[in-house]
Amino acid sequence: MSVILNSGEISRALRRISHEILEKNHGPENLLLLGIPTRGAYLSRRIAGAISEIEKINLESGTLDITMYRDDLRLKAPRTLLPTNIPGGSIDGRDVVLIDDVFFSGRTIRAALDALNELGRPKSVQLAVLIDRGHRELPIRADFVGKNIPTAKEESVRVHLSEIDSVDEVLIEGSSQ
Amino acid sequence: MKHLLSIADLSKDEAIEVLDTAAELARLSEGTGKKFPTLRGRTVVNLFFEDSTRTRISFEAAAKRLSADVINFAAKGSSVSKGESLKDTALTLQAMGADAVVIRHGASGAAHQLAKQEWMKGVVINAGDGTHEHPTQALLDAFTIRRHLKENQGDLSGIKVGIIGDILHSRVARSNILLLKKLGAEVVLIAPPTLIPVGVAKWEVGVSYSLDDQIKSLDVVMALRVQKERMNDLYFPTEREYARGYGLTSERMKQMKTKSIVMHPGPMNRGLEISAESADSQRSVIVEQVANGVSVRMAVLYLTLGGATFKELASSGESL
Amino acid sequence: MSSYRITGAKDSNGKASEYFISDGKFVNEGELAGGAKNIDAKGLTILPGFVDLHTHLREPGREDAETVLTASMAAATGGFTAISAMPNTLPVADTAGVVEQVYRLGKYHGVCDVFPIGAVTVGQSGAQLAELAAMNQSEAGVRIFSDDGHCVFDPLVMRRALEYVKIFDGVIAQHAQDPRLTQDSQMNEGEISARLGLKGWPAVAEEAIIARDVLLAEHVDSRLHICHVTTAGGVEIIRSAKKRGIKVTAEVTPHHLLLTDDLAESYDPVYKVNPPLRTKADVQALREGLADGTIDIVATDHAPHPHESKDCEWSAAAFGMVGLETAFSIAYQAMVETKLITLTQLVDRLSKNPAEIGRYKDHGSISIGARANFTLVDLHANWQVERLKLASKSKNTPFDGMVLPGVITKTFHNGALVYERNSK
Repeated sequence: MSVILNSGEISRALRRISHEILEKNHGPENLLLLGIPTRGAYLSRRIAGAISEIEKINLESGTLDITMYRDDLRLKAPRTLLPTNIPGGSIDGRDVVLIDDVFFSGRTIRAALDALNELGRPKSVQLAVLIDRGHRELPIRADFVGKNIPTAKEESVRVHLSEIDSVDEVLIEGSSQ
Repeated sequence: MKHLLSIADLSKDEAIEVLDTAAELARLSEGTGKKFPTLRGRTVVNLFFEDSTRTRISFEAAAKRLSADVINFAAKGSSVSKGESLKDTALTLQAMGADAVVIRHGASGAAHQLAKQEWMKGVVINAGDGTHEHPTQALLDAFTIRRHLKENQGDLSGIKVGIIGDILHSRVARSNILLLKKLGAEVVLIAPPTLIPVGVAKWEVGVSYSLDDQIKSLDVVMALRVQKERMNDLYFPTEREYARGYGLTSERMKQMKTKSIVMHPGPMNRGLEISAESADSQRSVIVEQVANGVSVRMAVLYLTLGGATFKELASSGESL
Repeated sequence: MSSYRITGAKDSNGKASEYFISDGKFVNEGELAGGAKNIDAKGLTILPGFVDLHTHLREPGREDAETVLTASMAAATGGFTAISAMPNTLPVADTAGVVEQVYRLGKYHGVCDVFPIGAVTVGQSGAQLAELAAMNQSEAGVRIFSDDGHCVFDPLVMRRALEYVKIFDGVIAQHAQDPRLTQDSQMNEGEISARLGLKGWPAVAEEAIIARDVLLAEHVDSRLHICHVTTAGGVEIIRSAKKRGIKVTAEVTPHHLLLTDDLAESYDPVYKVNPPLRTKADVQALREGLADGTIDIVATDHAPHPHESKDCEWSAAAFGMVGLETAFSIAYQAMVETKLITLTQLVDRLSKNPAEIGRYKDHGSISIGARANFTLVDLHANWQVERLKLASKSKNTPFDGMVLPGVITKTFHNGALVYERNSK
């Protein structure tokens, strides 16, 4: 098991992503940040905090639980539902930025797009991820990436965040590194 | 969760998970009446041997909101004298490929038989069997209480619930007693002695023959339907006498604690176990109970059918 | 008729002897007819054939459940050489004609003695006395009368019946169940019935009738027999009645000596029976009552039912369990293995006492001169109950799968071998 991103590198990446989101969207006015629980939600809150600091506003962060839209539901026992919280109540006409920790097959994001579809019609949907580890199984791409990490499929990437894991770090396991 | 035959099947954690899941689903459904694709491809059969439009519609709405296919099977007439119908019906449903059967039947133990006798392969959800249990009613009642008195979180410790009425013949009472105690509430049964089962001493619930003695200390007043026909079996002399002693009149309601609520599983005998004013009062959450029923039943369907069912897992070698 | 020499057998007291059967009787060696077959009964115990005072043969009317023949076969398999046919048949056995029919069928099949019990009231409807004397004077020689399945509820009818049978030393066998307290009842009334939502059958419904009837029997100085006692309270009442010299006898079933009402939690109707299974305390009191003689006999209340009647939800299912083939083993396990009574005492309660109550003179003894109605039991072996392999036509046994002590290896009726266990 080895650490590929430490606490400092994570916070710098998140800061950069925050600036990139603001740049691409020409400011924060229409932004709706939705983190995918569990860790995507914490990242979303951090990014919202950073954007609030940069722009001197109070940008809320929301969450979007995708459990009910997963395509692999029938393979395991039913999973606990996690909270969905849309600040402002509606996604219609908003620029939604989905935020997740690790971008892998793309199925999570596909489920998130289905969930958004049921909630309304956003103006745009963008994707910010902390780690992109490749091996996409669907034609989906990220708009904002913290770090690209080429991995072997068997390896696993773990993101730890101090909100629940007591430390900030990204680990890769099962590699020969 | 495997089948849902009795509240006794659920651990405290599982019960709270049902309530939490229902809470999340209720929030998501607020205003939009939206559907989730979660049960797409699953077939849920409503097997109702007793008439019950409201429970059936509630389960139907719940299943449809999860995109399941729903088949309604109303076995005609409670004059069905023998269980041949139950078994044969089960075998027929099996052939139709039901993933889950929601069953309401006039015989206590019918849901157990359907599940245990392996007459069919699907998940069995008990929507009321004779005078035995009605688990989803208890779950939606607990959900309602939790929403009003516990900020929609955790268990029901510290809450005192009075269940008033025909405890002896009430499956709603039995399920509620089990669930409320499981969630840490204090329960007192209030009824004339003829309507309280012998053997209730072992249930660790309070028993009182006087509603007036208890009314001031209750956080929840749960009035049960009293069938007028019980009078003919000498359970009480007249409806009037019953209403005088045990009806939730407006005078009694005025004595209730400030933050308390009034519940009733329906359908109500206005003027017998509950006065019209009480039923329509601010304290009454009776209409909300119905709405909560859909969320709770969605949660139950999700937790039994939303992932792999326990039978699918068993045949694939994994455990629940 | 064959004659037999039986060697190596021990009696219920453990004494080994040789036994000789000739002309349907136990005889001295000197009286043994020529050509006697040898039976090596080493390791086996010879017991007088068991006598059941409470058996439902279902014929006439419900031959889909059991017939006189199949019941007789089940009896012999269980070591019984006499059974008593309860009258709740279709038509009810309330006339000389029907009891004679059942009696003759028993004789015709010749597997065991079938003694019909006559109904107390016409149609068992509890209103009008049936022709008890006619049934007694018929070929069936009926002495025991019962409305079993129903209670003789009207106290006046019960009084008259108790008085009337004194003509011929008869006895009324009461099925103690107050019908008003047990309307639509499904199982014992208690914590479990409250929890399961099944209508309760209170103990007092049995005890109140027993109390009334022992007082009636005292008042008119009659014999009284209480069928299937199931409650501690009932045992108490009978005990005090006997102390006062009241001529009451009582029976208990094997299943009530072992099973309790918590079995209903499975909602499996195989445990549904009338009177219902009761609590542990009741089982204990029944065992003590059987031990101290308050309860005189074990009787099976063998109640066959076809598959459909039990393959449904509880409230729709029929009441009853078969019991002829498991009776001895269950009673042995419950009473002898627990050291409550000796084997000889058990045999008294299964054979000698019931024979006496019914005045069945050909049963209950293996002394010289007695009719050769006996059974050879292997008390060192166990057997497993396989419901589908029962000799009875019906398979509603609550003991399916259980491994029980005491294997009946051979049964003889009137000196003829009527049952032999196939080696497994």
